[in-house]
Amino acid sequence: MQPLLSLRKLRKEFPGCLANDAVDLDVLPGEIHALLGENGAGKSTLVKMIYGVLRPDDGEMVWNGQAVGIETPSAARSLGIGMVFQHFSLFEALTVLENISLGIPNELTGPGLSERIVEVSTSYGLPLDPQREVHSLSVGERQRIEIVRCLLQNPKLLIMDEPTSVLTPQEADKLFETLKRLSSEGVAILYISHRLEEIMDLCDKATILRLGRVVSDCDPSLESARSLAEMMMGSDLNLPEKRADNDPGPVRFKVRSLSTQPDDPFAVSLKNISFDLCDGEILGVAGLAGNGQVELMDLLSGEILCQQSDGIVMDNISVGAMRPGRRRDLGLGFVPEERLGHGAVPDMTLWENGFLSAMRSQDLMHKGFIKVAECVDFAEAVVTRFNVKTVGVDHNATSLSGGNLQKFIVGREIKQDPRVLIVLQPTWGVDAGSAAAIHQELLDLAAKGTAVLVISQDLDELFTVSDRIAVMCEGRLSEATPAAETTVEKIGLLMGGVGGADVIVERPAL
Amino acid sequence: MKIEARTEISKTMIYAAPVLAVVMTMIAGLGLFEIMGHNPFESLYTFFVAPVNTWDGVAELGVKGTPLILIAIGLSFGFRANVWNIGAEGQLTIGALAGSALALAFYDVESVFLLPGMIIVAALGGMAWAAIPAFLKTRYNANEILTSLMLTYIGLLVLSLLIHGPLKDPDGMNFPESRIFHDAAMLPILIEETRLHAGFLIMLAAVVSAWVILGRHIIGFQIRVIGMAPRAASYAGFDQKKMVWLVFLVAGALSGIAGICEIAGPLGQVVPVISPGYGFTAIIVAFVGRLHPVGIFFAGMLMALSYLGGENAQIELNMPNAVTGVFQGMLLFFLLACDVLIKYRLRFS
Amino acid sequence: MDGSDILVSAILTIITAATPLAFAALGELVVEKSGVLNLGVEGMMIVGAVMAFATGVTTDSAILAIVVGAISGAIVASIFGFLVLIMMSNQVATGLALTIFGLGLSALMGHGFVGMTFSGLPQLSIPFVSEIPIVGPIIFGQDGMVYLSVFCAFAIAWFLAKSRAGLILRAVGESHDAAHAIGYSVIRIRFLAILFGGAMAGLGGAYLSLAYTPLWVENMTAGRGWIALALVVFAAWKPWRAFFGAYLFGGITIIQLHIQGFGVAVPSQLLSMLPYLVTIIVLVFISRGSVRQRLSAPGSLGKSFYAAS
Repeated sequence: MQPLLSLRKLRKEFPGCLANDAVDLDVLPGEIHALLGENGAGKSTLVKMIYGVLRPDDGEMVWNGQAVGIETPSAARSLGIGMVFQHFSLFEALTVLENISLGIPNELTGPGLSERIVEVSTSYGLPLDPQREVHSLSVGERQRIEIVRCLLQNPKLLIMDEPTSVLTPQEADKLFETLKRLSSEGVAILYISHRLEEIMDLCDKATILRLGRVVSDCDPSLESARSLAEMMMGSDLNLPEKRADNDPGPVRFKVRSLSTQPDDPFAVSLKNISFDLCDGEILGVAGLAGNGQVELMDLLSGEILCQQSDGIVMDNISVGAMRPGRRRDLGLGFVPEERLGHGAVPDMTLWENGFLSAMRSQDLMHKGFIKVAECVDFAEAVVTRFNVKTVGVDHNATSLSGGNLQKFIVGREIKQDPRVLIVLQPTWGVDAGSAAAIHQELLDLAAKGTAVLVISQDLDELFTVSDRIAVMCEGRLSEATPAAETTVEKIGLLMGGVGGADVIVERPAL
Repeated sequence: MKIEARTEISKTMIYAAPVLAVVMTMIAGLGLFEIMGHNPFESLYTFFVAPVNTWDGVAELGVKGTPLILIAIGLSFGFRANVWNIGAEGQLTIGALAGSALALAFYDVESVFLLPGMIIVAALGGMAWAAIPAFLKTRYNANEILTSLMLTYIGLLVLSLLIHGPLKDPDGMNFPESRIFHDAAMLPILIEETRLHAGFLIMLAAVVSAWVILGRHIIGFQIRVIGMAPRAASYAGFDQKKMVWLVFLVAGALSGIAGICEIAGPLGQVVPVISPGYGFTAIIVAFVGRLHPVGIFFAGMLMALSYLGGENAQIELNMPNAVTGVFQGMLLFFLLACDVLIKYRLRFS
Repeated sequence: MDGSDILVSAILTIITAATPLAFAALGELVVEKSGVLNLGVEGMMIVGAVMAFATGVTTDSAILAIVVGAISGAIVASIFGFLVLIMMSNQVATGLALTIFGLGLSALMGHGFVGMTFSGLPQLSIPFVSEIPIVGPIIFGQDGMVYLSVFCAFAIAWFLAKSRAGLILRAVGESHDAAHAIGYSVIRIRFLAILFGGAMAGLGGAYLSLAYTPLWVENMTAGRGWIALALVVFAAWKPWRAFFGAYLFGGITIIQLHIQGFGVAVPSQLLSMLPYLVTIIVLVFISRGSVRQRLSAPGSLGKSFYAAS
């Protein structure tokens, strides 16, 4: 069978990085083809070239036997290529209808579009209401818009970029049904992921990228998770060692009935959040992005103050009304979700970014003046201890790769010997090696007696490090169960708001 | 031509961009003079070299530069924190009026405390006027660009109101001018036979203090972080509202001092036009000076030169004074264009 | 003069005062809807004013003067567009630079025209209907530009709400990254919006120097460009609200002039402060509702757009 799409020796370079190096790829019609690789391997760049968002520096693309140059996304769409983005290309303040209308050629818009949206979306099991404004929809529902937008154009090739990173396990299963149906209808699917289990279930073929090059072309059903992982990461990965169950110490950190009423219409309100955090344990909080994690983090860190100061209690001291500086004085450390712009100032040096968090705990000021030499020493200590690859601590945060910057930020907090450490999405967008190192650091920190809270969308990560796991959904927090006594499926149900006696959810009817 | 992002901002370009912009402005100036029908090189000479040919001219540079640099230092604190105070002209005016009111109230008193008192009152006056946009921004989230600017127009009207009324010289033939300040209310002259006054020293003190604070003090650090990454500032626990107040009050104080220095210096009395737009030109000085105190010093001197040049060109070449404004605007444009080279690289294919 | 005459003449002057603000605010609204904050409105208006005036007194053609006013506003705006879109310079600083440059340039160009007067814009007195007492002269006796401003309000409102091009513009303003990912040329769309805003500001300035006071004076815009910017916020980026806002401010300007004319014992300076004070008060009121603002302000307003290719 002639391939639908053939890539020959495709190359794309960015300043400082070779994203794709002589990549070959063949996709047959009706095939579900996986594009595997860890963060930074070059998968997104490759598909952006196929969709016309980027242009290759070298190499050839062949569509249905003919060489093509895909200059723009609308050129890709007219060939029959559709793309569902990882970070959705949606406009929050506009309606579903307007969003879809913007993503399809002009000829398909006009009267009747609203009806066709309802028709196509329901028939594929992804119902949508054209008049809803996107900001009022859940993440899973937003993904449906992206998919339906593609389906309305009768694509021959559908590209999906990490679609399940924002879905519950149950929603992911529903998605797979849809994809299998499309495949049987002759639509080829190029499926990007780094999740091995689902690739093995779903895909006919897998192309594995590492550092911009194709390292393997295989049939995933003939491989094991381990062999795929090895092909993705190269050498044997040092998987983090979970220590033997030690009994957690006394309760160090208590949160009681935290509730908020945000002014921002795009923010999630928190409803009665309560939990305990003990010395030496890691509590994992699972949940899809957009369910209140950021709002909770802001309250825990002190960036937003609580209405009631005893909503958060640390060492029997009410800290709810304290600002971040004073909370740090008490031994609280925290790592926010965004590296550049929140955890670190992009255009400041590493030592200045070290000062940002450690100025009080490491005594880096004298009568208000910054002690530069001491700051440099501290930053260098962090770099050495946590294996941060950098040219020097007097270089800006932007000069570091995502994984290295995250190691620096996490390391900066750990180096300050916190009593309580709170981390949000610790390894998002980080290469596997750095991610494993960060997980190990968190486990070691807990083993030494620090109380750790990890909030993450990545269930694999949570099951790797957590002693107990709770779930956040629509601003509510479930009871925490010991990790050993629960499964991915059960957590997945709670993430989707189903089941669990302590979680009451109002799902909008759709 | 393609523009691509650098992995790290270029420190060389931070210093090179203003120099490049000045060169480009000169070249554009040649073109401008040509279009206006004057000999380009002669005109450029008249504009930029002739005014400082004499010591007197250099002293004048200091006279014009003092208010520009004082105000620009104040503005730079705000701009670095992403707080856009456009109302320096108004703060200057109100500060000048406050200080002058003190001087005129004690017009027959010879006291060594009068001048320092005037300066302090002027600073307070400027601070009070700057406090309004600060309050409106922190309490009501009102855009400070528009509020500070509206207050400038109001401030100038207040000047007009007072100079036609209460501040008018009772023995002055009904001109809208105040009494001429007596000696105790005037700034001492630093160099004989010139107009260079002690305000110059105040300006130097401000430059040095700002250098120290912005470079190595926690307040400077807070200002920089708030401007570059507000969420990181929040993460660090910096109080952004306090900073908004601080930068507005600093700018107000320095603008007020600049205002009273103009009156107790070159002007000698309160007149309907205290400043030829120093509050706005200072914005350009702040940017061309890279928001850095030392850079501002040199940029301020350059702008002062452009004022002197404009006056000189008016006398020697019969050119309208507005040419100065055009040069200043062009310089800022070129600087903003050259600034792109700090974060990005140009690739010619 | 009887009461209705005073009323009519007051309303007529309000219309003349409001029209420049209406043009400038409507233009800037479109620019901001596309995600760009152009603080240079004052600069574009004043350049439009001087160029229109110069053309008007030299050629004695009102139409030519108006067209030149619009084009010169657009040309000045294109400098801003180049710097902000291609060179990715800071939008606030560049807008300020535009204002300073525009004020200086217009003073330079207008130097030779001080003291001259223009014959004014011809009234479109439609026979019969414009004779109707009170309503007649107000609705049917205006000059062409006033009708143009009303037409622009209609056209822009329709464009943004109902047309596909308007939808695309709004999308670019909401999220330029998403628009780029779908394949729209963010830079081209924004540049066109900026040119349009410049032309509208130029028209507003032209009206000032051709009709409001048919003279040229340095800095004759006296802050109207800034008031227009405030109007866009006040209007929550909705065209008809901007239009009526312009009339509100036009009204305030006229009222204080009339009060001064009545010889009331309030110093003229205090009355002149009125428009600026009202602007501040309005801004405070609008900004307090930060929630509503969040929803109506274009999501990517003021942010620089950079995309690799």
